[in-house]
Amino acid sequence: MTLKLHNVTKKFGSFTAVDHLSLEIPEKQIFGFLGANGAGKTTTFRMILGLIQQSGGDITWNESGIGYDKSHLIGYLPEERGLYPKMKVQDQLVYLARLRGMNSKEAIHELEQWLEKFKVPDYKSKKVEDLSKGNQQKIQFISAVLHKPKLLILDEPFSGLDPVNVEMLKEAVVELKEAGTSIVFSSHRMEHVEELCEHLCILHHGKPVVHGKLKDIKRSFGKKNVRVRADFDLAFLKDLPGVTKYKSLGDSCELQVENEHISQTILTELHGKGFIRTFDLEEPSLNDIFIEKVGDSYE
Amino acid sequence: MNKFFIMVGQTFKSRVKSKSFFITTLVTLALIFLITNIQTIIEMFDDEEEGAGTSEIAVVSDEESWAILLGETLSSQEGLSVEVNEVNSDEARESVEEGTYDSAISLDSGEDGLPVATQYTGEDSSLAEAEMMQQSLQQVKVAIAAEEAEVDEATLQAINTPIPFETVFVGEESGAKSSEEMAQTRGLVYVMLFLLYLSVMLYGSMIATEVATEKSSRVMEILISSVSPVSQMFAKITGIALLGLLQFSLILGVGYIGVQQNSGEGSFLNEFGLGDIQLSVIAYGILFFILGYLLYATLAATLGSLVSRLEDAQQMISPMVYLIIIAFFISVFGLNAPDSTFITVTSYIPFFSPLIMFLRVGMLDIPLWEVILSVGFLVAAIVVLAMIGARVYKGGVLMYGKSTSLKDVKRAFQLSKKEN
Repeated sequence: MTLKLHNVTKKFGSFTAVDHLSLEIPEKQIFGFLGANGAGKTTTFRMILGLIQQSGGDITWNESGIGYDKSHLIGYLPEERGLYPKMKVQDQLVYLARLRGMNSKEAIHELEQWLEKFKVPDYKSKKVEDLSKGNQQKIQFISAVLHKPKLLILDEPFSGLDPVNVEMLKEAVVELKEAGTSIVFSSHRMEHVEELCEHLCILHHGKPVVHGKLKDIKRSFGKKNVRVRADFDLAFLKDLPGVTKYKSLGDSCELQVENEHISQTILTELHGKGFIRTFDLEEPSLNDIFIEKVGDSYE
Repeated sequence: MNKFFIMVGQTFKSRVKSKSFFITTLVTLALIFLITNIQTIIEMFDDEEEGAGTSEIAVVSDEESWAILLGETLSSQEGLSVEVNEVNSDEARESVEEGTYDSAISLDSGEDGLPVATQYTGEDSSLAEAEMMQQSLQQVKVAIAAEEAEVDEATLQAINTPIPFETVFVGEESGAKSSEEMAQTRGLVYVMLFLLYLSVMLYGSMIATEVATEKSSRVMEILISSVSPVSQMFAKITGIALLGLLQFSLILGVGYIGVQQNSGEGSFLNEFGLGDIQLSVIAYGILFFILGYLLYATLAATLGSLVSRLEDAQQMISPMVYLIIIAFFISVFGLNAPDSTFITVTSYIPFFSPLIMFLRVGMLDIPLWEVILSVGFLVAAIVVLAMIGARVYKGGVLMYGKSTSLKDVKRAFQLSKKEN
């Protein structure tokens, strides 16, 4: 049940939203889509779901395209949230689940469990318009997963939520993965992707700039971070060969080095200069990679 | 297919349960009930004013035979009770003032020896009653005059018998129905036209609103990832159609019962041609109703899919509203001139034909092939519009922004295209 995209392109008139995107999204894992606003994440999702037709390329899931005959296997949380404002939560969720091929009885049973899990069991008979935005989002999340999809597509699932609810939703996502759901989600929050995904893809102007396993990406990036805290002035470190970035943080500093061997040179330079409190060699963060690859255009 | 019916059910249920549906239906039913029973209601009020329901009339005359003759003539009329020469002329006048009698008539001999009548009456005597009185008096006068002129009974009867008058219609070529038939169908055709017009306006905008609501609440994206836009569009159309069916069967049911109860001789419903409803006209009415609905509903759903805010929906469907208004005006004109060329031509144009072809079928005897041709055009137009509509709908539902112009049809069309 691997989802494969091969040379997928989407043009709107003269504007190319997605440009020759080739991806393989493995089964039963969490795949992260990163990108600034307008990078083509939502367009890619819509093409995967068959809501819009790609201008070129192929999308296959389990050796064929995703059509309406498979909609009971797919869950989708669109970026633009929306439910029927005047409908009660239960009626709404049951209706949407039935459209995904679930029967009402099962849907009611499932939704009770989900509401319990999200600690909002009393919302069952409330109208959606009476709920807060965050809680509406929880309901929307339930609508995407209620029918136990095999493939779950979440477009910016954590945006606009408070930290407590973000944790709650993250937990739910991890649980779903462990239960065997393949999950694709997009975000422009690096830490979420870093925390959840094994595989990821960074989109920039419709093109994949980085793509693969999180560990491999970090390793192949080459550059490392060095964090030093010492009782003497560290400014001289920025002129050392192999140091690409220097950031002073009060009594400590953060350096980006071309490869991990440079760190040893730094250590030698520091030796004997004074009291060293911390010396740390770190993997680059996804944020560093993103900024490096996408550049300053990222907000 | 299963999902289609789930959607139809949802559309139907959510509308039926809504307060606005309940209220409009109830108000309409009350209105229909009132209209069909209007005669009974008016009479009811009349009865209350007149108390017992019969008028008591005193007939007074020095000539005993005149008084008896008038008494007999008046007694044969409904709703009158007559008393002859119980009182004299002055007393009669007084008793009308006191209210013992509703009115009094005094007959005196005129200069030529013929009767001259004076009526004393209270405030609330009706015009119809005065007319009736005058007719009876005329009869009495003729009888008296004839007697004096020594005309025999047979001659008198021959004079009084009305001339036999019959209209024979010979205009076979124009295909018009006889004027009697035409008058009978006109009322029915008018009612049907109005219902068609009303329902297209009502349910058309309901569909557009329904689609626009789902779009503006952004629930649409979930929906189209579950159910294809085409079946979604037709589920909406079918759901609202069922709603219309329910509403109309209620209205027609109440209307029919009302007509049945009140279709006695001379009732206004009868004169309007609604007394005995022709089955063939009703069957054509239903056919054109369904086709007309489908055409306009498809158009409404298409247009509704283009707006992103509910407030814009009404503006967006205005072209549809104009079309149906034009069609309605043409058909009103056609009621008076069903066989004009203009009407014949427009009865083949799809957006007008549901109203105008129906009008022609109802008012004229037109050959079957003309009807089939018109229905054929109509069905073809529905299919083409549905195909375009489905494409626009598919693109339109994903399109957000300030979209209130028809230019967006093109944009939506492109969005749903495979290759650009």
